[in-house]
Amino acid sequence: MKSKFTNWWQSGSPWIWLNAGAVSASIIVVFGLLLLIAMRGMGHFWPADIQQIEYQTEDGVKRIIGEHISTEFIGRIRYEESGGKAPEGALEVERRLIKTGNREILGTDFRWLDAQHIKSTDAPKHLAVIEREEWGNFYGYLNTVSEQQQVVATGGAAWSELLKRIERVRDLRAEIHTLERGEIGAINYSLERLRLKRKMLALEGDDTPDNLAAISGEEKVLDQRYQHLRKQLLVLKTEINRDQASFEVMDGRVVNISLANIISALQPNSMGVADKLFQYFHNFKNFMLDDPREANTEGGVFPAIFGTVMMVLLMSILVTPMGVIAALYLREYARQGTMIRIIRIAVNNLAGVPSIVYGVFGLGFFVYFLGGNIDRLFFPEAAPAPVFGTPGLLWASLTLSLLTLPVVIVSTEEGLARIPSALREGSLALGATKFETIWKVVLPMASPAIMTGLILAIARAAGEVAPLMLVGVVKLAPELPLDENFPFMHVERKFMHLGFHIYDVGFQSPNVEAARPLVYATAFLLVMVIVLLNITAIMLRNRLREKFKAFEH
Amino acid sequence: METPNSHIQTHSIDPSKLSFGATKTRLEDEDICLQVNNLQLYYGQKRALNNVNMVVPRKRVTAFIGPSGCGKSTLLRCFNRMNDLVDGVRIEGEIKLDGEDINERNIDISALRRRVGMVFQRPNPFPKTIYENVAYGLRLQGINKRHILDERVEWALKSAALWDEVSGRLHESAMGLSGGQQQRLVIARAVAIKPEVLLLDEPASALDPISTLKIEELIYELKSDYTIVIVTHNMQQAARVSDYTAFMYMGDLIEFGATDKLFTNPEKKQTEDYITGRYG
Repeated sequence: MKSKFTNWWQSGSPWIWLNAGAVSASIIVVFGLLLLIAMRGMGHFWPADIQQIEYQTEDGVKRIIGEHISTEFIGRIRYEESGGKAPEGALEVERRLIKTGNREILGTDFRWLDAQHIKSTDAPKHLAVIEREEWGNFYGYLNTVSEQQQVVATGGAAWSELLKRIERVRDLRAEIHTLERGEIGAINYSLERLRLKRKMLALEGDDTPDNLAAISGEEKVLDQRYQHLRKQLLVLKTEINRDQASFEVMDGRVVNISLANIISALQPNSMGVADKLFQYFHNFKNFMLDDPREANTEGGVFPAIFGTVMMVLLMSILVTPMGVIAALYLREYARQGTMIRIIRIAVNNLAGVPSIVYGVFGLGFFVYFLGGNIDRLFFPEAAPAPVFGTPGLLWASLTLSLLTLPVVIVSTEEGLARIPSALREGSLALGATKFETIWKVVLPMASPAIMTGLILAIARAAGEVAPLMLVGVVKLAPELPLDENFPFMHVERKFMHLGFHIYDVGFQSPNVEAARPLVYATAFLLVMVIVLLNITAIMLRNRLREKFKAFEH
Repeated sequence: METPNSHIQTHSIDPSKLSFGATKTRLEDEDICLQVNNLQLYYGQKRALNNVNMVVPRKRVTAFIGPSGCGKSTLLRCFNRMNDLVDGVRIEGEIKLDGEDINERNIDISALRRRVGMVFQRPNPFPKTIYENVAYGLRLQGINKRHILDERVEWALKSAALWDEVSGRLHESAMGLSGGQQQRLVIARAVAIKPEVLLLDEPASALDPISTLKIEELIYELKSDYTIVIVTHNMQQAARVSDYTAFMYMGDLIEFGATDKLFTNPEKKQTEDYITGRYG
């Protein structure tokens, strides 16, 4: 018996089992994590049925309308301590979380119901859910649709009339948005530049009447255009407020909602699976492409996705040359001695410095010192408002490129070390200088290794949040760092980031229940963005590898 | 007397100097290309070349033979200063290329290496296309005009007897060629910049017998245009391709002379022992 075990032990199969076990555990953990996040987050976009519940309370039976979110069982003792009375002999009591919406009427959007007091549940076809600009979702029955206080549709015809008018409001809203963000935004931007120009002239003593008159002239033209646009805007705003719809809510009250406040209206109880599936992808698309609303608990995360991607791209652009040049010096030019060994150890240890320390460094050095001095030297007219002397996209990218620099250096160095010296000699023997050899032979061959370093850098940088909170990320950025106003890239602007968005929505939000699925959905999106960025880099690397393949003896 | 192979476009050859094979050549009559005077080379404390004095005649093939580690490759690499790449190397004495000392500190090494081309033991084509491999040295000199490059690449590949095999796939990767083809490609690459001297460091040692034969034929054809110095382990090869042979042992140049004389009637006992296979 013993020898059998010894044989098995010596055969090496325990090792194989151990290795296979470790690999499977890793895979299960990774996919389990993704699956959990995806399920929790992606369920949020499904247009669930709306229930109408007859609920027994001390004041009699009440009607409750809402979406069933989750169910939990709590112990009898805890339940009774909180004032309920559990049925005879039951050890646990079932409770249901219902999203009742209508925050401005009911005070809260969520409500726990005791399953034992639920008399009946029903899903009437005409129950509607309204997604609104403000106050979250609304649930109720549509009564009438009116135009300037005049009822235009009631009963069965009201719903299609509502949808038609929502379509109209949507177009108007888009028009207002382009007007405000586009043209009026551009005018404001130009006015701000003129204001700075005037200050600049005063600072330089160039504020001759002629120059000032020229600026005033330009300002006047812009102001005229603004007044013109403002009139258009006013017309649009009255237009958008034209229609109203009245609904009956769960306690029987009738509520009027301006269509300007309505984003979309659905009757999920009367939708088939195909319709719901369509709506599901529509909702998901909106989540990715819309701006956030209501302290980030509603709407989409587009600015956060955009900010994350921009920051990673800028970081890649900054870290690659820095890392490659450093690695080239360490491997190709420097005399390999004690000093270089010490530098190499220092570089490797840099990878172990906690990221928040980089954040502190970035704030102290980049933002206050570099940015402050840039402002003093180049933007005196903006003072006291900082331009670069405040956290922003550029400083965040620079801080993260410092953070990921060791990864790029180490991986580039390894790539350089792998290039056979025969190739360098071959190039030198043809009369190439060392620089020409590095530029034309060594660097192209090391490019897959450089890309590997960049892939690792992206993976690390895209997931970092802590240092970003110090050097540029904000909860809500009014403008994207890329727009149609010259010079298009505004690297001094603050930006939003998916990682910070998760933290903000999850822990800083007043509405915990509403935020929870968004946390998972945002986490899922963050993982997807990183995966996409990585896949792009990996594909690029594989193409390079194919190109410089071989040189094997 | 043979005529030069028709597909090699020779440039300005004095017909009276065309002499093939190792017959009736006397060192005293030769035009000297490289002259080595009292050359000493140290790797750190270790002396690798010990007071070497020799000449390399122009447009002849000179072979270095000797056992492994005797310093023949080191000596060869002195001719284009490839030893500069090794840390801790110190060189004393002089090497004159056309009367000019190449060990001078202020010499333009890139220019020297353009005049003295080199082919290594193992084929080392760049991971680029065949065309770009040959054009590499030309592009370094700033020659980027398409028609000039095309012409020179074709000429170089023909010189290296590779044109017929690769003319249809010039823009494919050089890594797809066989070892022997790669070595001829590397020779074409060296020839393309029209050097005066070609240094061949055991050019056939990593190749099969047929490829070796082709390289030897190539050397035979190239010597009408270039001064060739070849390091080889293979004494038959040295006897077949070279006009002059130098035998080296432990960093010393033991004997240097016309190949047929050195192999049939060596002056030194060490040389005789080596070529008769008693050691080495």
